[in-house]
Amino acid sequence: MNTPNEFALQMRHVSKRFGGVQALDDVSLEVKVGEVHCLAGENGCGKSTLIKIVTGVHPPEHGAEISVFGHPVAAYSPTLARASGIAVIWQDLALFPHMSVAENIGFDEMVGAKPHLANLKSIRKRAQAVMTRLGVSLDLDARLNTLPIAERQVVAIARALISDARLIFMDEPTASLTQSETDALLDIVRTLSANGVAIVFVSHRLAEVLDIAERVTVVRDGRMVGVYPTKDMTQSRLGELMTGSSLESKVSARDMSSAEAVLDVVGLTRRDEFEDISFTVGRGEVVGVIGLIGSGRTELAHALIGMSQPEAGTIRLNNASISPRSIRDAIKVGIAYVSEDRLSLGLVQQQSIADNAVVSVLSRLLGYLGLISASKKSNLVDDWIERLAVKIGTSKDAVSTLSGGNQQRVVLAKWLATEPKLLILDSPTVGVDVGARAGIFKIVRQLAEQGIAILLISDEVTEAYFNSDRILHMADGRIQSEYNPIQTTVAALEEQIYA
Amino acid sequence: MSFLTHIRESIGSEVLSLFSALVVVVVGFSIATPLFLSASNFGSIAFQLPVLGLLTLAMMVPILSGGLNLAIIYTANISGLAMAAVLMHFGGAEASLGAFFLGAIAAIVVGGLSGLLMGLVVAYLGAHPILVSLAMMIFLRGLGEFLTHGGDISGFPPYMETLGHGSLIGVPVPLLIFLAAVFIWHIKLSRTQHGFSVYMIGSNIDAAEYSGLHTRRTLAMIYTLSGVICAVAGILMAARFNSVRVGHGEALLLVTVLACFLGGLDPFGGFGRVLPVVIALIILQCLSSGLNLIGANQHLSTAVWGLFLIGVMAMRWVTSRLRE
Repeated sequence: MNTPNEFALQMRHVSKRFGGVQALDDVSLEVKVGEVHCLAGENGCGKSTLIKIVTGVHPPEHGAEISVFGHPVAAYSPTLARASGIAVIWQDLALFPHMSVAENIGFDEMVGAKPHLANLKSIRKRAQAVMTRLGVSLDLDARLNTLPIAERQVVAIARALISDARLIFMDEPTASLTQSETDALLDIVRTLSANGVAIVFVSHRLAEVLDIAERVTVVRDGRMVGVYPTKDMTQSRLGELMTGSSLESKVSARDMSSAEAVLDVVGLTRRDEFEDISFTVGRGEVVGVIGLIGSGRTELAHALIGMSQPEAGTIRLNNASISPRSIRDAIKVGIAYVSEDRLSLGLVQQQSIADNAVVSVLSRLLGYLGLISASKKSNLVDDWIERLAVKIGTSKDAVSTLSGGNQQRVVLAKWLATEPKLLILDSPTVGVDVGARAGIFKIVRQLAEQGIAILLISDEVTEAYFNSDRILHMADGRIQSEYNPIQTTVAALEEQIYA
Repeated sequence: MSFLTHIRESIGSEVLSLFSALVVVVVGFSIATPLFLSASNFGSIAFQLPVLGLLTLAMMVPILSGGLNLAIIYTANISGLAMAAVLMHFGGAEASLGAFFLGAIAAIVVGGLSGLLMGLVVAYLGAHPILVSLAMMIFLRGLGEFLTHGGDISGFPPYMETLGHGSLIGVPVPLLIFLAAVFIWHIKLSRTQHGFSVYMIGSNIDAAEYSGLHTRRTLAMIYTLSGVICAVAGILMAARFNSVRVGHGEALLLVTVLACFLGGLDPFGGFGRVLPVVIALIILQCLSSGLNLIGANQHLSTAVWGLFLIGVMAMRWVTSRLRE
């Protein structure tokens, strides 16, 4: 029916066991030449295992049928994968931060299997050609670690292209990009696709998936859910397919105008960061702040928690003027801050779940002789793990062993233990699964109902739209306007904000 | 079975594996020479261990916090020098016990201050502990040699002899001092806010700061306490050698690092406990005195120490593989 060369990749009946875990069970993946195909599924569903099989890192179980560009493959290896034009751009990019852009792009040429001298001149020339093909211009001599993440991503793509990749897997390429950077990347992906390069795109962001891909393969718990054209697919339907349960997304906004103000900010200004910021957050109210990276949103949060000092304006908490000089001052008056960077600022990843949960409330654990009481500690930890339904083995395990969603629950537990009056959530769902996001926001809603004032900072319009009572739009260091989710739609809001 | 698991969880598998290594060393030397399992050998180990042990405790906490203190030996000696100066001022060999207490306080103040200075630079200027403590090490050595003209100060009162070589109800006094320090360090690391902060800072200082821990104050405290315990080691060294010299114990610097790593400290900080480090120290001391008893060359024991660390690393690798 199809000519063999219509497919860049055909995999059928792929299964993989690791010890007692069935990571993949009879999964298929077919990618057409020049197609943008999306691989969707929650963390731990088997996406990464599948990519590792495609690239020859793990051999599949007996019975798998794989053919690459029409040629059936019997024994698969990383060398063969690369030789047949398959490349993977991992989330961490696997680039060399201290080498130049040209050296990074030409790396595979410079240290190939055959011993030959690196010819930087020809590499520069070829790197330049690839850049032109991608329609981008980067300084070839710039050191990689001086570039923003978005440009490093381009370098990683160029590196794949210079070795004639015709099928590129991209693992969550937009996870740490801003909206405009994401748009630029999606344009590059479209260019590649028009040039006949097939792209398999792995992403948590459903809007993006539906925007860029022609078809989407959904995997859940190691099993194939199905392959769907994206034409008639909606975000909520895709979310349901990935999680296996229906995700309600309805506007949760309430009229909180009569709630007494917990946080009252007037005219807050810090040069080059934000200017004349005034807003209130009421008791039990969820106020969304939509702003991209660089809009001043995180800088504003930092000023509220004492990490930086504003130059003008006042902050009042429960009618008392405050000027926190450190995060300790902020905690003392009842402000908690969930950082956007869970990996390096939110949690001490290597240390245990228990220690992370109590780190901000040590003084409450002291018992006999002012020493930390083991029983007070374990009571507090067990209590919060139960209240937030964190799924763990034991609380002695390192926090890094948990999934993104469960880690974020530990972060919430840690801050809720400080009994905050104001909870600032800075991009709380970065790297959190679709299903787990719903769980996080359910908790946020409950906290609001208990009377905690919540400031929800996000660069995803839909997230703020569905979970806030009011929305502030921040750009260029200023609050541009205020929206009520009930009186608008996601589409209208997106249009106004990205206009 | 569950009883064994309970024991393993409460004292930690690290302690058990080091303890079995200690048993192997003791049994091995006991077979090799009848002199090993004797009171006099245990006595000599008990007198030699404390100085190295105190210096190791001084090295341990900076490593746990992700740093290092290269200045421990000279901090100890400059503190010893402070005490010697006080003793000399009050009549040298005739100095009263009161002069000793004054001298000990002077030593602890000097040790604590040199630690505090390092801690403040590390905490508030953000300089790397290796550089800061290297600078402090060179400064203290130069200062000490300038003050002593490179010579010894000796002629201490007779009670210093008791401190360095005496016993209390059969237990060597230096060992009592060391055990007290071990107990305090263990409680400090496992049960206090300061200790908790040390581990968090050692793993990720930024996340610790964002969690509201006093990261800078803790860093300053870590090096101050390291200096204080160096001072205690310095007093003990003065008592054991009956003299103070800037170069005393120079060779011990890297041995303390060795003991820390042998005791399972993570070289990148954040993980490690006092008890395994103490067992590691005992192993090192048994190795060197055992080799000495069977007539091996002094230099050989250093070589064996190095090999032993490599062996332990290999063993840890194997056990972690087996666990997977």
